[in-house]
Amino acid sequence: MAEVLVLVDHDNGEVRKTSAEMLNIARRLGTPSAVFIGSNVQEAADVLARYGAEKIYVVADPAVTGALVAPQAEALAQIAGQANPAAVIIASSSAGKEIAGRLAVKINAGLITDAVDVQAVDGAAQTTQSVFAGSYTVQASATTPTTIITVKPNSAGIEMAQAAGTQVPVDVTLSDVATAAKITKSEPRQSTGRPELTEAPIVVSGGRGTGGDFSPVEAFADSLGAAVGASRAAVDAGWYPHTSQVGQTGKQVSPQLYVAAGISGAIQHRAGMQTSKTIIAVNKDEEAPIFELVDFGVVGDLFQVLPQATEAIQARRG
Amino acid sequence: MNIVVCVKHVPDAQSERTFNDSDNTTDREGVDGLLSELDEYAVEEALKLVEASEGEVTVLTVGPAGAADALKKALQMGAHKAVHVTDDAIHGSDAPATSLLLAKAIEKIGTPDVVITGMASTDGTMGVVPAMLAERLNLPMVTYASQLTIDGSAVTARRDGDTASETIEATLPALVSVTDQINEPRYPSFKGIMAAKKKPVETWGLGDLGVDAGQVGLGAAWTKVDSFAKRPPREKGEIVTDEGDGGTKLAEFLASRKFI
Ligand SMILES: Cc1cc2nc3c(=O)[nH]c(=O)nc-3n(C[C@H](O)[C@H](O)[C@H](O)COP(=O)(O)OP(=O)(O)OC[C@H]3O[C@@H](n4cnc5c(N)ncnc54)[C@H](O)[C@@H]3O)c2cc1C
Ligand SMILES: Nc1ncnc2c1ncn2[C@@H]1O[C@H](COP(=O)(O)O)[C@@H](O)[C@H]1O
Repeated sequence: MAEVLVLVDHDNGEVRKTSAEMLNIARRLGTPSAVFIGSNVQEAADVLARYGAEKIYVVADPAVTGALVAPQAEALAQIAGQANPAAVIIASSSAGKEIAGRLAVKINAGLITDAVDVQAVDGAAQTTQSVFAGSYTVQASATTPTTIITVKPNSAGIEMAQAAGTQVPVDVTLSDVATAAKITKSEPRQSTGRPELTEAPIVVSGGRGTGGDFSPVEAFADSLGAAVGASRAAVDAGWYPHTSQVGQTGKQVSPQLYVAAGISGAIQHRAGMQTSKTIIAVNKDEEAPIFELVDFGVVGDLFQVLPQATEAIQARRG
Repeated sequence: MNIVVCVKHVPDAQSERTFNDSDNTTDREGVDGLLSELDEYAVEEALKLVEASEGEVTVLTVGPAGAADALKKALQMGAHKAVHVTDDAIHGSDAPATSLLLAKAIEKIGTPDVVITGMASTDGTMGVVPAMLAERLNLPMVTYASQLTIDGSAVTARRDGDTASETIEATLPALVSVTDQINEPRYPSFKGIMAAKKKPVETWGLGDLGVDAGQVGLGAAWTKVDSFAKRPPREKGEIVTDEGDGGTKLAEFLASRKFI
């Protein structure tokens, strides 16, 4: 069976859940090989093998990780040139999409972004995407021997499938232009202790209706163990960090449950949450367009409704 | 400093967007189009940069006849000249082909100090054309800039990533994609609207760029849409009005769906 490359999504060796999901997708299409770029592969190797990586290509050159994204694409292109993979699977993050775009041009392979599902059809990859702010579902495939696919978080389950996980060190030769965009300063973001927005099974978001006071939104989210998101209006007002913005120019989330509090439901916001399984809204205005999407809605003041709900949830949980 | 800004003409997100039944491509005729909102930030940033020093802003689009409207809007905002790449053979082109055409056109314009693009188009929302273009032009690239300064021979940008806020430096010439956090795009002034009528717009076909018809269009695409389906409308949900028990009802709903 042909190799399928999975670019490992990790934070300094700590493998993200999306990587296990991507390995699961890779197993549908062929024999998974992980591509690990960075240091601390030891920490990652066991996890990758457990989720099905037969091989683990390891690129540890600090020149690759010290520059912006381009060198990673060069490394991946060199590995793909040897492996002739049926598919290359990459996480649909901003960096992931840049790597995928560059790789497509380097190896002349068709690229499909933001897949929410991937299946093997007649031996080739066929993807499912959600387009036009979630109003259409599209099936697409590549016409080239290799298909490059970026997949969204939660696009597949994770399954144990112990494999060899044989490590293959890779030396890459980098071009000058790839290292011409350098990271000169990096300020790590403070962790909130809450789950990551795109991976969380429950997301609770606040909008302009919070008037800048996110405390009822946060308390409600914490009672459910949820991640906290925000509308662009709340972000632009400086009430919540941009990295928490949900929507067309923020994060696209697809959790089991999405709760919008004090958010009107503009098309650009919907583009980031419309594919959530269950949707709840709390809004003072019964005409707010967000109510067109909901499974359950409360017309009311979020400062009354959310604290009462939080209390009821805590009471039920004991 | 000379800047080329890539702008896309897209179907209006407020209207019913759909596909052509005949070939599964995006319907660009049945709906109103406009300059992709996210490209307005790119135009604005370019204008600010040349206003602070000197130079010219050229706006460039690849698209059917109607795409000229996107160029017009950018010229009204203050861009100096425009290039429209259009040809019947381009219909159905995918991102690699679009980036090829943009690259050829930029080479013909004369490689500028900076190429600026939007972060993503509001129709395809792939956000991959800038990376493909940088690859084809062999330029260093900074993506998702939320702040930009250029001095002499380098560009410095701020980039707000998921795990860190980064400062990136790249040598010129370079390609930069900008986010909607970077500025507040201006509205065309009356003076701008009048002035735009006299600004030069060049129209180039495949022949002008030395691109073969077999390299672009639906037939040459590396990916294809096999099928599309309208998502069934969501079932109308239950909506209650808070009469002092809205929060309790919300918790009951959560319990009934096993979220608690
Ligand atoms: C290029 C572009 C990109 C964009 N990208 C995004 C994006 O990624 N994400 C995004 O979210 N937006 C985005 N937007 C902005 C979008 O168009 C809307 O302006 C934005 O989503 C509105 O945010 P909001 O719903 O919080 O505010 P509003 O539309 O002002 O709605 C506030 C709501 O709160 C309700 N409310 C007020 N007080 C209370 C209360 N006490 N209790 C309950 N309800 C209350 C009101 O009834 C109202 O419905 C983008 C816009 C553009 C042009
Ligand atoms: N047909 C086009 N003509 C000009 N610029 C384009 C075109 N398509 C994409 N771009 C540029 O590339 C950016 C990202 O587009 P996309 O990769 O399609 O999401 C846009 O914001 C534009 O700056």
